Amino acid sequence: MALTIKEVEYVAQLARLQLNEDEKQIFAEQLSSILEYVEKLNELPTDGVEPLAHILPVYNVFRADEIRPGTPREEILANAPLVEEGQYKVPKIM
Amino acid sequence: MSKDYEVVIGLEVHAELKTKSKIFCACSTAFGAEPNTQVCPVCSGFPGMLPVLNEKAVDCAIKTGLALNSEIAEFCKFDRKNYFYPDLPKAYQISQYDLPICKGGYLDIDVEGERTRVGITRAHLEEDAGKLVHQGDITTTPFSLVDLNRSGVPLLEIVSEPDMRSAQQARAYMEKLRSILLFADVSDCKMEEGSLRCDANVSVRPWGEQKLGTRTEIKNLNSFRALERAIEYEAKRQMEALEDGEVIVQETRTWDEGKGVTRSMRSKEEAHDYRYFPEPDLPPLRIDRDWVDTVRKSMPEMPVQAGQRLMDQYGLSQYDADLITQSPQNLKFFDETLALYADAKAVSNWMMGDLTRLLNQNGMEIQDAKVKPALLAEMLRLMADGTISGKMAKTVFEEMFVSGLDPQTIIKEKGLVQISDANSLLPLIDEIINNNPKVLQDYKNGKEKAFGFFIGQIMKATKGQANPEMVNNLLKERLNRE
Ligand SMILES: [Zn+2]
Repeated sequence: MALTIKEVEYVAQLARLQLNEDEKQIFAEQLSSILEYVEKLNELPTDGVEPLAHILPVYNVFRADEIRPGTPREEILANAPLVEEGQYKVPKIM
Repeated sequence: MSKDYEVVIGLEVHAELKTKSKIFCACSTAFGAEPNTQVCPVCSGFPGMLPVLNEKAVDCAIKTGLALNSEIAEFCKFDRKNYFYPDLPKAYQISQYDLPICKGGYLDIDVEGERTRVGITRAHLEEDAGKLVHQGDITTTPFSLVDLNRSGVPLLEIVSEPDMRSAQQARAYMEKLRSILLFADVSDCKMEEGSLRCDANVSVRPWGEQKLGTRTEIKNLNSFRALERAIEYEAKRQMEALEDGEVIVQETRTWDEGKGVTRSMRSKEEAHDYRYFPEPDLPPLRIDRDWVDTVRKSMPEMPVQAGQRLMDQYGLSQYDADLITQSPQNLKFFDETLALYADAKAVSNWMMGDLTRLLNQNGMEIQDAKVKPALLAEMLRLMADGTISGKMAKTVFEEMFVSGLDPQTIIKEKGLVQISDANSLLPLIDEIINNNPKVLQDYKNGKEKAFGFFIGQIMKATKGQANPEMVNNLLKERLNRE
């Protein structure tokens, strides 16, 4: 299954990636070969097989509704490139 | 013009669930804390962190589903909804895509005496995003600030079928849903704090047309009034556009409360492709029927049953019953007052009239009011036995609302006691008639106004304290003897 350049542009747009023409060509080929590889799975008979929701046979893992103190603000914000008034400072999105 | 078109409305409601801690971590959900003081690596989206589901959030979802007549899924799972926005630290929201916890259901609304059943499509659990605060003037500042206290607060998104046909119906649905969530005790439902939010899908189509028109989604509806106004505006806008031969574009629009208009929000090229896939960090849920039954048995009286009780027991109208059951606190106030003063219509009139008006004016909730059921009951008793008139009662009520003092004290302090004693009123009536021979002549000549003049004079002489009904009767008797 070969991906078109248009499809690559669409996926890049969703991922907020800016690609030049050469890159689009390269990724179209690479992504296509990945999809081709995964498509091998279609050869398996899966009639009557439930779709898998989780890889482990584990269900209902809960925590009780109890509060624990969070992380101190200085620590949680320590890696943020820009901080102001105890908040992450980011470019405005309209 | 609106005669030629039908409006079709569906609502997506987000209710913050009333848990102490967040849905996937142990941070507090309390509202109003300093920015980023209720956060941890999980709800801040640090790499490698693992979410663990809050059991209470699932309980709340089951409760709501039962209250909305939904089917509770035996098996459900979580999925990642992928999009980029600064208030979403992981760049995906944990939500439920193809296997929501609640499927189907309905709720009934009554508008202008007509009952409509609004279908519920689904309700699913998800996490809330953080909050973006624009710094300085929103139009000029190049920055926003991000507070993640709200990130990870549990939400239940309740999606309705497009079953509503007017803005009033949409409002009634929202009010009914709010009362159900309040009675089920699963959400605070404070629209002004954002714990209950609503998006409206609105389309119009020519009458008789079966196919739905192209819809727009309106966001930023944070009051019942905004919801109603925005839908009215948007429906009119779409009808006018169609009349002018334009095509409706499927888009997201925002409600501008100040200007009273909806505005297009997003650029065309932005794709709504969330690339959902199963959340590998959360094992799925198996909700066995015992669990559902346990929750069902713990369900308190719901507004529908409470309303029916009020109609059956006290003969209240559907309208009054709906108003009284808009919140459990409201119903409690009614029930407690009625236990002390058994005139349901009078209690309901005062609650829905003066009490609601004063609460709204002061931005208060009924449970915070200084007027308590015992005070209202006592006031109604004083009114019934003629101690105070209806007009005086209004003054007494306003005073009780402000001070919380008992009506007896207020009556004494303000000198509000009604004169219902014929022996003290009769000499006064005589005096006034004797002092106004010309008006008396007018009355004899059949001038109706003359009667009103005498009443006015008597009320004036008694500073409004005379029992109006008694004055009316005594005056009539006295004049008939002339
Ligand atoms: Zn946290």
